[in-house]
Amino acid sequence: MTSAVEFLNVSRHFGAVAAVDGVDLTIAEGSFFAMLGPSGSGKTTCLRLISGFEKPSGGEIRIFGAEVGRVPPHLRNVNTVFQDYALFPHMSVLDNVAYGLMVKGVGRRERLRRAEEMLALVKLEGYGARKPAQLSGGQRQRVALARALVNEPRVLLLDEPLGALDLKLREAMQDELKALQQRLGITFVFVTHDQHEALSMADTVAVFNQGKIAQVGRPTDVYARPRTRFVADFVGSSNVLEPAMTKALGGPEAWASLRPEAVRLVPWNKSDLRGSVTALRYLGSAMRVTVILPFGTLSVLVPAGMPMPQMGDSVGLILASNGLHVMEEA
Amino acid sequence: MTAFLPVRGPGDRLTRLFWQRPALLLGLMLAPPLLWLGLVYLGSLAALLVQSFYAIDEFSGLVVPEFTLKTYAELFRAQNLDILMRTLLMSASVTLGCAVLAFPIAWYAARHARGAWKAAFYLGVMLPLWSSYLVKVYAWKLILAKEGIIGWAAGATGTTPILEAVLAVPGIGGNSLSTSYIGTWMVFVYVWLPYMILPMQAALERVPASMLEASADLGATRGQTFRNVVLPLAMPGVIAGSIFTFSLTMGDYIIPQIIGTSARFIGQAVYQLQGTAGNLPLAAAFAVVPILVMLVYLALARRAGAFDAL
Repeated sequence: MTSAVEFLNVSRHFGAVAAVDGVDLTIAEGSFFAMLGPSGSGKTTCLRLISGFEKPSGGEIRIFGAEVGRVPPHLRNVNTVFQDYALFPHMSVLDNVAYGLMVKGVGRRERLRRAEEMLALVKLEGYGARKPAQLSGGQRQRVALARALVNEPRVLLLDEPLGALDLKLREAMQDELKALQQRLGITFVFVTHDQHEALSMADTVAVFNQGKIAQVGRPTDVYARPRTRFVADFVGSSNVLEPAMTKALGGPEAWASLRPEAVRLVPWNKSDLRGSVTALRYLGSAMRVTVILPFGTLSVLVPAGMPMPQMGDSVGLILASNGLHVMEEA
Repeated sequence: MTAFLPVRGPGDRLTRLFWQRPALLLGLMLAPPLLWLGLVYLGSLAALLVQSFYAIDEFSGLVVPEFTLKTYAELFRAQNLDILMRTLLMSASVTLGCAVLAFPIAWYAARHARGAWKAAFYLGVMLPLWSSYLVKVYAWKLILAKEGIIGWAAGATGTTPILEAVLAVPGIGGNSLSTSYIGTWMVFVYVWLPYMILPMQAALERVPASMLEASADLGATRGQTFRNVVLPLAMPGVIAGSIFTFSLTMGDYIIPQIIGTSARFIGQAVYQLQGTAGNLPLAAAFAVVPILVMLVYLALARRAGAFDAL
C-alpha cells in the first residue's frame, strides 16, 4: 500500500521552541488518521506542514511519494477544513464551494453544478444562495467540508473541525464524517484534542506530546496498551501506577496503567484488596469512584445500574485478569 | 447580613434611575452631540442649500432671495465646468495615488508589524498630522521649486533629463514641479495619505489570516487571492479612505493656490465667490457639487458591492 503522507525526521522550530521535533510518520492511503494531543503538542503544526502553510526546519515531507519542499500550498492536491471554517463572508455559500474550481478556471456553469452536487453531499441542498453569516455553526462546518471536497483532494486535512459545535451536533457530525470518508475513500487527516473523537473515528491514532509522537497505533491498541505514562493519562484518563503500586497489585515492579473500567467494586469482605471511597463523580452512564488504598488511590468506573457505593464506604476491589498493562517507558 | 447593600449617595440613586430607565442615560449622552449636529451642522448645510437656489442681481450685485435654478445653470458655463472637471480629475487621481501608496503600508502594518514596529507605524502615520498643514505645504513648495531639493538631486545624479521629460508632459507638466499639476498632485497625495492608510489598515486587520490560507489552500495564486478575497474584504476600508481623500481634495483651496498652475479648483472658486466677488449663491452652488459627487460615488460603490463585507 502506498503512503499518502510521509514525514521523515521532520522538525519545525519557532525561535527556540521546537513545535515539531523529529517526527517520523506514515499515513496510509485511504485511512482515517487522527492526530491527538493537548494544545501546543505540535499536531496542528504537523497539519500545516502537510498543507504547506509551515515549512519544515529540518527533515523531509512526502505526499504520495513526492517530496513537497518546493511546492507552495496552492499547488498541493491537499485541502483543509479550517478550525474557524474560514468561509468567505462576502460570497454566497455556492460561490464559496465553487471557489476552488473558479480559481482553477473551471467554467461557471460546470463549477456551479459541481458545487450544487457537493452541497447535496453534505445535505445542504437549497442553501446555496445564502451568505455564511446566515448559517448555523453546524451548517458552516458542512460548507467548509463541501468547499474542500469539491476539489477532489487526495488528502483532506481537518483542523479540529468539530471543536466549535455543541455535543449533540458533534456526535452526529462524527458519524457523518466517518461515513463520508468511507464512501469517498479519500485519506482524512484529523487533528483533535478530544480522545473520544479520535478513538471513535480514526483507523490510526497518533498521540502527540511536546512536539513528538508518543505513540501511533490502532485506537484499541493505543487505548488498551499505552506506551508511556502520558498516553495512558491522556487517552481515557487511566490510573497510572508507580512501580511499587503495580507490585502491590500483583504485577512486576514497573510503571503500569490500569483502566478505571478494569476494576470491579465488591463488598469489602469479598476481596483482600480493600479501600475506602473518597470521591464520587457522576457521569450519567457511569459513576467514577475514587478509592483510597493503603498504597495509593485508584479511579474505578461503576456502570449505571450496578450497586453504587457512598462516600466513606469501605469497599473491596477486584482487578480484571488482563487489566494491568506494564508500559515500555516511564 | 441584609439582602441589599445600603444606598451610599446620589451616585447610587442615579444608577438606580438609569437602571430603571435604560433609554434615559443614552438620551442624556446623545443630546449634546445631536444638538450640535442637528442645529449647527445640518442647519448650516441647509442654509447653504437654500442659498444655492437664490441668484444674484447682475446690476445691483445683491442676492435676490427667490427660488431659481439660474445659479445652477451658471455652473455649466465653460469656465465653471472647467473648474469642476479639473477638481474631479484631481480628486480621483489623488485618491488613486493614495490607495496605491497606502496599500503596502497598511498591509505591512495589519499583517506583519508587531509590538514596537506597530507603534512605529502609528507614530509614522500620525506624526505628519501633528504639524501645521500650512507649514507642510510651504515646505513642499521649497522641495518642488526649480532650485529645490528634487531639482538639485536630479542634477547631482544626472537625471535632470528625466525630470524635464516628466515636466514636458502636456496637460500635467509645467515650468517646474511647484508650478505644475504633478506638483499639486504630489502634495495632495502626501497630505491626505494618512487618511487612506488608517481605515485601510483597520479593514485589512479584520481579514483573518485563515481566510488567506483558505484561498491558497483551494488553489488560488497570490493575485487571485488579492482580487477575490483581500480586495473585497478590504473594500469598506478603501471606500472609507477614499471618501476622505476624495472629499478633502475637492474642498481644498490652499494647496492649489500655493502649488500648481493658476487654474482654479472648486475650493478656490468658492473662496473667491463668497469673498471678493460677493456671489454667495454661486459659491453655495459650487459647494453643493462635492456633496452630490460624494453621494453618487457612495451609491455606485454600494451598488458595486463594496459594502457587502460589512
